Amino acid sequence: MRAAALSLRHELIGLAGVVERNVYLTRRYIYWDLAFFVWTVANTLTIVFIAKGIEAGGGQIDVERATTTLLIGAVVWAYLGIIFEFLTETVAWERWEGTIEYTFMAPLSRAMHLGGSGVFAVLYGLVRAILLFIVVAAFFGLAFDEANFAAALVILVVASVSFFGIGMMTAVLPLISPEKGAQLGFVAQGMLLVVSGVYYPVDVLPDWMQWLAKISPATYALDGIRAAILDGASLGSLWHDIWPLLVIGAASIPLGLGIFNRGEIYAKRHGKLKRSG
Amino acid sequence: MIELAPIPPEALAVEAHALRKEFVRKDRRHGRRRVAALADVSLEVARGECVAILGQNGSGKSTLVRLLSTLLLPDGGSASVFGYDVVRRDKAVRRLVNRVSVEASFFKKMSPSENLHYAARFYGMTPSETGVRIPEILARVGFPPDRRTEPMENLSRGMQQKVALARALLTSPVLLLLDEPTTGLDPRSKLEVQEFIREMRAVHDSTILLCTHDLGEAESLAGRVGILDRGELLALEPAADLKARYGAASLEEAFFAATGRGFSDEEDELDAEERKVLA
Repeated sequence: MRAAALSLRHELIGLAGVVERNVYLTRRYIYWDLAFFVWTVANTLTIVFIAKGIEAGGGQIDVERATTTLLIGAVVWAYLGIIFEFLTETVAWERWEGTIEYTFMAPLSRAMHLGGSGVFAVLYGLVRAILLFIVVAAFFGLAFDEANFAAALVILVVASVSFFGIGMMTAVLPLISPEKGAQLGFVAQGMLLVVSGVYYPVDVLPDWMQWLAKISPATYALDGIRAAILDGASLGSLWHDIWPLLVIGAASIPLGLGIFNRGEIYAKRHGKLKRSG
Repeated sequence: MIELAPIPPEALAVEAHALRKEFVRKDRRHGRRRVAALADVSLEVARGECVAILGQNGSGKSTLVRLLSTLLLPDGGSASVFGYDVVRRDKAVRRLVNRVSVEASFFKKMSPSENLHYAARFYGMTPSETGVRIPEILARVGFPPDRRTEPMENLSRGMQQKVALARALLTSPVLLLLDEPTTGLDPRSKLEVQEFIREMRAVHDSTILLCTHDLGEAESLAGRVGILDRGELLALEPAADLKARYGAASLEEAFFAATGRGFSDEEDELDAEERKVLA
C-alpha cells in the first residue's frame, strides 16, 4: 500500500514536472505566442466575416446568430489546434532539442508524461480560447444576453478529455516519422472538425460523414457550446451532449495510450528515438 | 527522495548474453537489408567497476548504451542491469541508470537550473528537494553560480557538459553510462570531466560503463578495456593484459592488432555496415 502511494506520488511529481517545463518554455517564447495569437485573431476574423458577407450579398440570415455560430466554430478549431500541437510536441520538440532519450529513459509512466502535456495544453488552450472569443466578440460588438458561459466552459472541459485521448494518438506520429509526423497532427485536426459541423450544421454532410460525426467528440462540443451561448441552455438540458463526450473520453484515453505505447515499442525496435535535426 | 529499485547483493551491474541489435537499411545498391549494429555481444560488469569500451564511429558503442538504458529493444540475446532484465523490468532499470552522451542535449532556451528541475521531477524529486540539491550539485561540478539562470544556448560546450554531468548525478545513478562524454571538449574541460568520473566511482560507488574514442582516457579511468569493432566485442580485459595479448606497446597498437585498422582511421559507417549485411 505504501509502495503504491509512493509510486503514485512519484508519478504525479513527474506530471507536474512536464507542466512546469511548459511554463518555462511558454515564458521564454511569450512574444512568439503573442504573434501567433494575432494570427489566430486574424484567421478567426476572416471566418466570422462570412456572416456579414452573406448578408451583404443579399442572403437572408440572422447576422448576429450566424456570426456567433462561426465564432464558436473558429474558437473550438483554435482550441483543438493547441491541444494537438502541445501533445504532438511532447515528442517532436524533445526530439528537436535532443532531450527525447533522457525523457524516455526516465522512470515515469508514459500516461503521466503525456498527461502533463495534456494538463498544460488544456489550461493554456482555455486561456487562449477565452481571450480569442472575447477579442473577436468585442470586434463585432456581439451581445450575449442569454448566454450560459459556465455551461459552455464545462462542455469544453469535458470535451477536452476526448481531445486529449485523440491527441495522444497524434503524438505518436513524430515517433514513427521524425521528419513528417508532427505535420500529420494537423491532418487529424482537420479530419475531426470537417465531420463535426465546425462552421455548418452536421445535417448538410453526406450520410457517411454524418455517421463519422456521431463518433467525433467535436460534434457534441460544438453543439453543446452553441446551445449554451446562443440559447442559454443549462447543463441539465445539455446532457444529450455531455454523456457522449464522457463515453468517448473514457474510450479515447486508454485507446490513445495504447496506440502511443505501440508506437513507442516500434520506435525502440527501429531506433527512432535517436536525436535528429 | 529518489526511490531506487532494490539491488540484489549478488547481482552483476551489467550482464549481457549474445546481445544483438539489427537495423533495417535501404539503399539503391542493396535494396532493403538488415545490418547488425551489435552482433551477439556478451559481457559482465561487476558492481563498482569502471569498464571502457573502445571503438570507432559505427562500431556499436552507442547501440550498447541505448540497449542498456532501455531506449532500444534487442533483436536477440538478453541484458540485465543489477539483475533486472532491460526489456521485462525496464522501469526498475530506469531507476538505477543514467547517462551522459556526447551531445549535452538540453532545452536551449531554458537555463541550467530549469533544465535540471525538469529532469529531476521525472525521478520523483519535489521542488523543495531540488531547490537544495541543484545548487549543491552544480557547485560540485564546478559550474559558476552566476550563470545558473542563463539560457543553455549561451553556454560553451564544456559548460553544457558540466550541466549534463550534474543531471546524471542528481538522480544518484548506480550505473552511469558515459557515451563519449569528453569528445569535443577543450583539454581543461576534459580533465574536469575525467576527475568527476573518478569521484562518481570513489564517492558514490557508481558502476561506470565508458564508451570512448580516447585511448588515454580509457586506460587511465577503466579497470578493464573492451574493443568493439563492427558490432563485435573482440576483447575485454585490463589494458595491460590487452597490450600483452597483442604484443603491443600501446593501447593504440593493441587496437590495431585486434581490428586490423588504426584507431584514427575513421571508417565510413555505411562501409562498416555493408560488411555486416545479413540479408
